[in-house]
Amino acid sequence: MAVSEQASNPSGQTVELSWQRQTIVFFKDPAAFVCAIILLALLLIALFAPLIANDPLEISPAQRLAAPDAEAILGRDHLGRDVFARAVYGTQTSLLVGFTVAALTSAIGVAIGIYAGLSRIGGAIIMRLNDAMMAIPAILLAIALAALFEAGLATVIFAITAPEIPRMVRLVRSVVLSVREQPYVMAAQSIGTSGLAMVWRHILPNTLGPVLVQATYVCASAIIASAVLSFLGVGASPELPSWGGMMADARRHFRIHPELMLYPGVLLSLLVLAVNLLGDRLSDALDPRKMRRGTL
Amino acid sequence: MLLYIAGRLLAAVPITAIVAVFIFSLVHLAPGDPAVLLAGDNATPEQVEQIRERLQLDRPLHEQFGIWAGNALQLDLGESIYSRQPVTRLIAQRIEPTFVLSIVTLTLTVAIAVPLGVIAAWKANTLLDRAIMGFAVIGFSVPVFAIGYVLVYLFAVERRWFPVQGYKQLSDGVLASLHSVTLPSIALALIFAALIARVTRAAMLEALNENYIRTARAKGMGTPRILIIHALKNAGVPVVTVIGIGFATLIGGVVVTESVFNIPGIGRLTVDAITRRDYPVVQGVILFFSLTLIAVNLLVDLSYGLFDPRVRG
Repeated sequence: MAVSEQASNPSGQTVELSWQRQTIVFFKDPAAFVCAIILLALLLIALFAPLIANDPLEISPAQRLAAPDAEAILGRDHLGRDVFARAVYGTQTSLLVGFTVAALTSAIGVAIGIYAGLSRIGGAIIMRLNDAMMAIPAILLAIALAALFEAGLATVIFAITAPEIPRMVRLVRSVVLSVREQPYVMAAQSIGTSGLAMVWRHILPNTLGPVLVQATYVCASAIIASAVLSFLGVGASPELPSWGGMMADARRHFRIHPELMLYPGVLLSLLVLAVNLLGDRLSDALDPRKMRRGTL
Repeated sequence: MLLYIAGRLLAAVPITAIVAVFIFSLVHLAPGDPAVLLAGDNATPEQVEQIRERLQLDRPLHEQFGIWAGNALQLDLGESIYSRQPVTRLIAQRIEPTFVLSIVTLTLTVAIAVPLGVIAAWKANTLLDRAIMGFAVIGFSVPVFAIGYVLVYLFAVERRWFPVQGYKQLSDGVLASLHSVTLPSIALALIFAALIARVTRAAMLEALNENYIRTARAKGMGTPRILIIHALKNAGVPVVTVIGIGFATLIGGVVVTESVFNIPGIGRLTVDAITRRDYPVVQGVILFFSLTLIAVNLLVDLSYGLFDPRVRG
């Protein structure tokens, strides 16, 4: 037992030090700080949407495309809906889709990936299926799935998650394959650690870092993908406020009211940028080899 | 080398087969009767029965797949519910704009991304490097339709340098055609270039750390020669790999860009087919794009032989 404890956790101190290092590397960078602020701000906007904005669904045809006033500070869209309110509630939709897709992809990807890394035959079959699924362009598959099933937020989340899973599976499997050959895993095996305990104590913790980084990128691309789906008209529903949907609505009035396209476009870009930068910083912080190195 | 090519070609066959199964199952995965789905929203019960009969949808699934795949191998992908035209003809009619758009985009991408990546690696950790990498992160964070509309606003509405939308056929003159795809190509290339610049930089940094670079410097070789002849050639494999992987992103981008700029290509065909629930066309274009992707990745695999003699062995 004592030996197995040592194998799983060489010394408590090293782990702590490395976490300190990761935290320092992460916050030393002003870009990471700005990202954190942007994300926090958008999260607060999403959480407190009902306090900041009016009803995003209320239609007032008499005020269609009205200029900004005290009531609707960014003006109104082609159905007289409050643009500011729709932008605020659109934050909810984007964050919800981004986080849910990232979480689902990670959970399913880790489960399948670990299995594929441990089972020789099962792994081979899964990897062939994986390759084939990756041969279908992700956004096309998402568009087709979203169009085939009944429109709704759940369909959108499913349609975006399914094409993201193969990449996560491949990543997790590659980590498992390299961890499997480590001396401490063999040591644990030789003293009779059971399969499940092995996965839980030795393999799963090693996948966490790479999965976290990948999940961040999945979150960013899911936010874009959901905007693309709404933009192309196969999103959740036209009434549900979403940035992609706002941009789709703005297309017809683009020459006279380009600002209707600008607001959701800027918000969307800002959110995706913040999430992507966060992923970059996380991957720097978790990977010691990525520390600055000498060049020509 | 011939053996290597044959091996890669053979490896692509099972993947293509599984892709075909996936695409075939799409319509059968969806809830509801595939005959009703394929017949469209306005079909009469007789039409639904006709389709059931013609596609033999009452047979077991594996036999149906056999029929569908057999037809697909003979370039028969069924006919559009909407226009009653064969799907292969629809795709063939729309291929030119998409092809021109993709080629111009790829050329622009490589022209922008590779020099930027090389410079960023050469001047690593300086302000210039940070600026280039900052541009790269912004590039792949901004959705292609947002960039597209910014470009339209700046260069087609404010200044009328380019058309707001539409496409000119190559038969109307190559220059006119290129002019009509300039804005969409730039919009797409910015995103694609961001990805490739990042990878070029990383691969160059890796290569610049090698011993042969030190040797080259020690024998007095100039920086440009080291960068281009020694480092870039060895950074080639990861860069070309990412161009292959990024091609999937490019296809997604093409679909969106063609609807932003109203270009009558295969992307536009896809979106139209999806909004009209024209399932035979949807299946057809997804199969077409997937096969293109498989072919591109095959070419990428084969190009490894050019960069790395060890692969040929």
